[in-house]
Amino acid sequence: MTMDLKKYPHKLLVKLYFDMLRIRKVQLHIESLYHLDEMKTPIHLSIGQEAIAVGVCANLRQNDYISSSHRSHGHYLAKGGDLKALIAELYCRETGCSRGRGGSMHLVDTSVGHMGSSSIVGGGIPIGTGLGLAIQMKAEDRISVVFFGDGAAEEGVLYESINFAILKKLPVVFVYENNNFAVCSRVSARQAGEIIFHKTPNDAMPSQTVNGNSVMEVYEATQQAVTRARQKAGPSFIECKTYRIRGHAGAGSDEKLGYRTAEEICEWEAKCPVRTFSGLLLRNGVLNETEIQVMQETIDCEIDEAFRFALCSPLPKPEDVTKYLFCD
Amino acid sequence: MPWTKNKAEVNEPDYYFESSENVRRLSYSEAIREALDQALGMDQRVFIMGQGVDDPSGMFGTTLNLHKKYGSQRVFDTPLAENALTGITTGAAMGGMRPVYFHNRPDFLFLAMDQLVNHASKWFYMFGGAVNVPIVLWACIGRGWGSAAQHSQALQGLFMHIPGLKLIMPSTCYDSKGLMLAAIADNNPVLIIEHRLNFRNKGCVPEEPYRVPIGKGIIRKKGKDITFVAISHMVTEAYSAAEELSREGIEAEIIDLRTLRPLDEEIILNSVSKTGRLLIADCGWKTGGITAEISAMVAEKGFELLKAPIRRVACPDVPTPSGFTLEEGFYVGSNDILNTAREIFQIRA
Repeated sequence: MTMDLKKYPHKLLVKLYFDMLRIRKVQLHIESLYHLDEMKTPIHLSIGQEAIAVGVCANLRQNDYISSSHRSHGHYLAKGGDLKALIAELYCRETGCSRGRGGSMHLVDTSVGHMGSSSIVGGGIPIGTGLGLAIQMKAEDRISVVFFGDGAAEEGVLYESINFAILKKLPVVFVYENNNFAVCSRVSARQAGEIIFHKTPNDAMPSQTVNGNSVMEVYEATQQAVTRARQKAGPSFIECKTYRIRGHAGAGSDEKLGYRTAEEICEWEAKCPVRTFSGLLLRNGVLNETEIQVMQETIDCEIDEAFRFALCSPLPKPEDVTKYLFCD
Repeated sequence: MPWTKNKAEVNEPDYYFESSENVRRLSYSEAIREALDQALGMDQRVFIMGQGVDDPSGMFGTTLNLHKKYGSQRVFDTPLAENALTGITTGAAMGGMRPVYFHNRPDFLFLAMDQLVNHASKWFYMFGGAVNVPIVLWACIGRGWGSAAQHSQALQGLFMHIPGLKLIMPSTCYDSKGLMLAAIADNNPVLIIEHRLNFRNKGCVPEEPYRVPIGKGIIRKKGKDITFVAISHMVTEAYSAAEELSREGIEAEIIDLRTLRPLDEEIILNSVSKTGRLLIADCGWKTGGITAEISAMVAEKGFELLKAPIRRVACPDVPTPSGFTLEEGFYVGSNDILNTAREIFQIRA
């Protein structure tokens, strides 16, 4: 990969790498312990898709909103969601981000604009659009970003929401994370061609397609979309092409299921967004091996602490099952 | 409007006031409109949207010309996209607004079920209280004049099934205003299901803003012999039946539930403890509907209070037919309540 990195601040490049590495390491750690069956919640790993969460969120401020899906650990962490509260949620603890009521698919951290993720495919799309409406009505200086996958791209709410976002010129960025698969079904079996929103007139909603495994490509595309939203010029659409390395849910590779080959997975592993970016940074002298080693250790410590915190935390009491039904 | 031919404009019974001489009388739609007008005036977070809220008829008159007073930013027409728009109200509520989303008919709420049931109603619980969703959804049952199977459904039984969703069905002009203001002030998703036949009523409605508590039923007529539990326009039907029964020497107590969820169990059980007999009247289907739920609740919590089997008056389990002779076979009203009540007493005689 050749790319001129000189135009970017050193601090930004380091942050992009650190955030991707952190998300990768958190997921690998979750995966390594999942067989113990102590995290009693269905996990959906986004290993191989870290560049999208990080490249997008690096353009956002703390008070910007994001909405996402069942595969949302990366979005949550990239936006600044609390790691301890994430791990505690996976362990069904009262200290979890959703107090043990949501699980892996329902993460929330309102302090960083993450208002909750939905596990109904496409469910977060109109909610993120509605957050954009609230921003507009209150004349706030913030934006709303909606992450959704290729399965959600087939849902009617995407059309309905984009129509409304264009109609009202909402400050929303639609990030289409095309990882090729809905469970075991390929996007080519479900969509006849590229998504229709690339044909939207540019003044209504500009669209781009980027390599979702390149954090810099995602960052640049998002920067344009975010600028447009902050200028109150309306929504944008970004398709990030990537690949789901792991199975739909749970830990480990699912190549034994036979719907895709080990070779195909290997080809995409070679395009790993974390490793390709570290190679780029090393070649350009942005980082050296020692600095990466220090990052690894820092992250490992943080992860260990988060898991310790989760396992020491209390479990919700069965008699509290009716708590939080209604807000007073 | 053809449906107006079904029912003449009438004054509803003065449930609230000793004398209605000095009390202002408003039509049902004027009462709702006044609630919306006051909510918009009092709270900048409130906005009203829905297909046709700014059209010349103003959603049965309930939103008439509010867009002119408050501007098209706060009162606006929407695309015909019920599911996304419900999600958009949900997101807007999370972002600090107080949306009121109008639907012409409950039938169209089926298109919004994912966002209403899977999202809005679950959000507060699913995230351990982190985010609440103060939205109001409003829809009006479109009974009458051949509306048929997809424009007349009374779906309260379905919506009563959903934890996290408050469900309101007013019957009086006073309550339609007070419950609307309460719903807008509530921190949770609230669905208001109205009935078109109520819109011919005029009732006493104070001018100042007031809230009717959500989750509290009210006794419309006191009686010692049998309890009628009813909602929405079935309260009026129950009232006519009770007046006739009274002439036959039987005093029915009428409970207007006003809210179906949370259900005011206490008011029902207290009344049954006095009368020992229970008839539940609904304008929706019988199977798995609100009459089934209320019967089960009383059987569980008040079986020893009952002197006779619980009886239900509800629509038969078929889609609504269009033809007027078939409509007669489908809809239930005061005669059905009266006849069923007589049966209860004949059984005991």
